[in-house]
Amino acid sequence: MEDRSQTRRDFMKMMSMGAMAALSLGSLSCTRAQVEAFLQKHFREMTEAEKKEAIRRLEETYFRKYGKKFHISTQPADTAVLWGYGLDLSRCIGCRRCVYACVKENNQSRSNPQLQWIRVVRLKDGSLINLENTEHYYNPEKVPEPGFQYMPVQCQHCENPPCVRVCPVHATWKEPDGIVVVDYNWCIGCRYCMAACPYKGRVFNWGQPNIPPEELNTEVHYLGNRPRMKNVVEKCTFCIQRVRNGRYPACVEACPTGARKFGNLLDPDSEIRYIIENKRVFRLKEDLNTEPKFYYFFSA
Amino acid sequence: MEAWIFFKKTIRMVFVGTKVYYLWCAFLLAIIGIAISFYMKQLDAGLIITNMKDQVSWGLYLGNFTYLVGVAAAAVLLVIPAYIYHFDPIKEIVVLGELLAASAIIMALMFVLADLGRPDRFWHIVPFIGILAFPDSLLAWDVIVLNGYLVLNTIVPIYILVKTYFGKEPVRKYVIPLVLLSIPWAVGIHTVTAFLYNGLAARPFWNASILAPRFLASAFCSGPAMALIIFQILRKTAGLKIKNEALFKVAELMAYAMFVNLFLLGAELFKEYYSGTIHLAPMQYLFQGLHGHDSLVPWIRSAMVMNITAFLIFLIPATRTNLLTLNIGSLLIIVGVWIEKGLGLIVPGFIPDPLGEIYEYLPNVNEIAISLGIWAFGLFIFTLFMRIAIPIQRGDFSHSKYAREAGRTQYERSNQ
Repeated sequence: MEDRSQTRRDFMKMMSMGAMAALSLGSLSCTRAQVEAFLQKHFREMTEAEKKEAIRRLEETYFRKYGKKFHISTQPADTAVLWGYGLDLSRCIGCRRCVYACVKENNQSRSNPQLQWIRVVRLKDGSLINLENTEHYYNPEKVPEPGFQYMPVQCQHCENPPCVRVCPVHATWKEPDGIVVVDYNWCIGCRYCMAACPYKGRVFNWGQPNIPPEELNTEVHYLGNRPRMKNVVEKCTFCIQRVRNGRYPACVEACPTGARKFGNLLDPDSEIRYIIENKRVFRLKEDLNTEPKFYYFFSA
Repeated sequence: MEAWIFFKKTIRMVFVGTKVYYLWCAFLLAIIGIAISFYMKQLDAGLIITNMKDQVSWGLYLGNFTYLVGVAAAAVLLVIPAYIYHFDPIKEIVVLGELLAASAIIMALMFVLADLGRPDRFWHIVPFIGILAFPDSLLAWDVIVLNGYLVLNTIVPIYILVKTYFGKEPVRKYVIPLVLLSIPWAVGIHTVTAFLYNGLAARPFWNASILAPRFLASAFCSGPAMALIIFQILRKTAGLKIKNEALFKVAELMAYAMFVNLFLLGAELFKEYYSGTIHLAPMQYLFQGLHGHDSLVPWIRSAMVMNITAFLIFLIPATRTNLLTLNIGSLLIIVGVWIEKGLGLIVPGFIPDPLGEIYEYLPNVNEIAISLGIWAFGLFIFTLFMRIAIPIQRGDFSHSKYAREAGRTQYERSNQ
């Protein structure tokens, strides 16, 4: 009788010790990943081996956090490509499907904070250029509404991006294919880039991002749609994970009216070049000399 | 060895004091303690606990930062008359003025740290260890000039104080070049801080070439106003010797600065309102309200009343040389310029945002608590500085006195 309780106690003790050991090991390895993330270099200063190591660690972290296997690409830019975007204002109906396609594709925080990279504003006819007359929160029964125009605005991927110039730690830069990216592991969260952007192209993770695990997109790029951490800046990357694999950005695919066009500005036969050469094209706030690679046009 | 004894004695000094001293320190430490608990909350949840949003992405923290850089820069208003024009009554307080500047810079840097979303990555901005984007980013410039100014404003007073402790004259050859350097440097810190905002074409409210001069003019009012109040308190409580003459001289200089400040503001108001372009919107939001949004209007209007009243008080010799009206004027300037340079400068820069949206920002309890904590910390540091500096300047805390006492005990010991 006594023996058995003794062994039971021993068993319990052993089990709890084991659990303790496992827990402390777990927490140890967790701290180790955190320490490694803390000491991690700037993405552009990493060697190939260091990049691989960072990817492996991230994939492990995401698996632990979301229970899903991520595939994180670091595919570099193709030097024969300079991406350009066209938006047909005569076709945009303000349905905002692009906004939600973007949120889903790019793993943006759904609530607290709710983040969106595209903002579709409503303007009364006759006040297109003066963005101070925009309406942001409108909810009509049916779109389009007579007397109004809709203008989606997102990162314009400027040739002279003011946001890149002001960053005190070079955490954001312009890739050779023209995409302006952020190293989320290098951003210190000062939000200077947000103050500098004339297009409101950047948003901030004011709190821990919230994404329902079942809605996660696991095909990601290191500089694009991988899940972010709290208190870093993020932005549109023209869906870097898609366009570097020969696909269209999610917003282009989602647009029901075909108002969104995308292509290589260096290719004279591309659709975007055709639009620039043949349509009535303008860019936002051109007087600021930012040289956006986002072209608004009218097809009708 | 001597230096070590000096250091040990200063440490012992800050732990002893009068009842008022203990109460004051306990009061400040209590505020700091509360602020730390709020800051832990911010570290845990993120900046979401503040009232800032994507539309207004800088708020109370950066407002305080800007104001305090101005306070720090204003130490030159004491340095110039003391060292350039050899105005003796001010010479006695110039060391204290420099220590006030050092405390202000420490607070300013703490406000930047409080505003950083990722303070754990602070090392990314440290030159050589991280990547400092110099000369591209004005924030990188600010890091360099602010830290340089901090070093300058601690080295000079510490050197003078240590020399005084040992009963020696500071070597002018060392002090004067550093003091002379600190004058353009003070202008530099505030200019760079102005350029931080000024250089952003996306924000027409800041993108006016008059911004840096306005910054300097308002700094030369608020910094000395703070010094005037603090020196009078120290004169009452810590036995600081300071003549009324010195206070009145500073007040006279402040009258000029306030005139320039109000003139530049008027120049900017004229340009915006007379041309009445789209760039008027932030100014309208601040002074009149825009599309029914007007939460800053009562603030800026009261700030205007305070600044103009203070200007008149400092302009008229009778009220300038009356301690009661002088103090009222100083308090009006401290608050008035704080509103103008804090809420009144940072927030309207973001309203309306680049896509025309209006989000009305006012700081919440968390931001106010953390800000008060940083102010309390700065005052605490300054109190400790004063605890050492004033007795040294008065001659109560000196090496000869210590040596005499040490010699006596040694003599007594050898006699036993």
